[in-house]
Amino acid sequence: MQLLNASGCLDALVAPEVAGQLDAFVTKTITPLPREGNAPPRIAETAHGMLNAIGLANPGRERFLAEQLPRLRGLGLPLWISVGGFCADDYAETCAALTDVEAIELNLSCPNVDEAADSAAEIVAACRRVTTLPLYAKLSAAHPDLAPVARAVADAGADGLSLINTLRGMHLDSHTRRPVLARGSGGLSGPSLKPVALHAVYTCYAATQLPIVGMGGVSSAQDVLDMVACGAHHVALGTALFADPELPQRIRDELAVVQVDDRFACAHAGAGSHVFVA
Amino acid sequence: MPRREERNVLGVERIGEYALVRLDRGTLDPGAPGQFFMLEAPGRLLPRPLSLCLAPPGELQFLVDPVGPGTLALAELERSDAIHVFGPLGNGYDLDVQRPLLVGGGIGIAPLPYLAEVLRFPPAVLGFRSEAHAAAAVLMPGAEVVIDPVLVTHCNVQGFDVLACGPEPMLRAIAALCPGAQLAWEAPMACGYGACYGCAVEIGGELKRLCVEGPVLEASTLHAVTCEVEAA
Repeated sequence: MQLLNASGCLDALVAPEVAGQLDAFVTKTITPLPREGNAPPRIAETAHGMLNAIGLANPGRERFLAEQLPRLRGLGLPLWISVGGFCADDYAETCAALTDVEAIELNLSCPNVDEAADSAAEIVAACRRVTTLPLYAKLSAAHPDLAPVARAVADAGADGLSLINTLRGMHLDSHTRRPVLARGSGGLSGPSLKPVALHAVYTCYAATQLPIVGMGGVSSAQDVLDMVACGAHHVALGTALFADPELPQRIRDELAVVQVDDRFACAHAGAGSHVFVA
Repeated sequence: MPRREERNVLGVERIGEYALVRLDRGTLDPGAPGQFFMLEAPGRLLPRPLSLCLAPPGELQFLVDPVGPGTLALAELERSDAIHVFGPLGNGYDLDVQRPLLVGGGIGIAPLPYLAEVLRFPPAVLGFRSEAHAAAAVLMPGAEVVIDPVLVTHCNVQGFDVLACGPEPMLRAIAALCPGAQLAWEAPMACGYGACYGCAVEIGGELKRLCVEGPVLEASTLHAVTCEVEAA
């Protein structure tokens, strides 16, 4: 089991000490052209989570490859590159330009931009044709029936799944009764997402047996073990990193203690073998 | 990397409409005036960004305007409570100034008492919207105090090196008068260390993270903050 960050929840170049606690760093999603992102306000705290509408702010493929990627390589961490776009060709062109990275995560589920015109499976297939790097498809749990989507991206050549992205939500200012976020809606993350994430991981693992990066509301060793029990191969940290930049190390410390006296943790020998059957 | 530590609450003092939260400093560095800390707000998911207000020996003090769930939780802390504190973060004021004038508005006076100490008590003008809010001027001995509808920017700021913090309209007015002024801005912030991209403001024509580039910016570099901050 590796600990990663959720894409968009850490800037390794600004906070290398935080990234250094992870097994690999996942970049913010890279799109073909630069994106400023959405107008502020972009974040809002909710009762048990937070909303963001950052909007895939990124320097674009060209500047990422020329300026950021070399600096990221200098950190000495395995790199996962999150790739986004608005049609299958957008994704495939970026995948084709990437070499010598640990994996590519295809962001097929950002709630804060207009959706790509092509289906998740079409995008995965287009990327599969141009790269031999491991391809992880990041899916949304908003789909009413996730198993067929997971099977479709597996059949299209995905090597793994990243589950889940944020869920679209809204938060109102208590004085004005208007949305706090300038975009109106945003992606919900944090503790309120965890049950949804666990179910998505469980469902997709049962449907595909693919390696899964589980994420959504993880902030402790117990959360990590829950994800693994549902079928996650790796676990990513998102919103909880905002409040605690030392979280990855704290979770490792907790896991070391838990695993001594936790039958489940001691028993699981490899991804998949530990998943319960409901 | 700044440190994150659990610190004991030494007390919370009511100052007019505001609360002064006093924390045991521990080994945390107070940083430069204008820098900020992320304070755990009990019961809330996200910490709150607060400028350091005063740094007496062994303490870190923060001025809080209890207007939202997080700031209310901070104002209701009691002696012997403990919260996580992370900082100092961001870029503070450039202290290499010839003729400083401190200008503060409302809760925006928060970083000025520490700044005044470091600059050896230069002239200061503070604006508040009511007498009750103006009680916070006790933290800035010698400061001139105005209460709406007189605006702090009606004071003569020409010829001074202005260092300011306050509501956006006030900062904009100062920027128009003094392009070289140093202004401390506010934006919603989940992390304070460049991870969340939530605090984007328009700087030099581009959206950039206030926690990385600021919160203190030269007036001429900032074109728009563009957002009203919800009570946090």
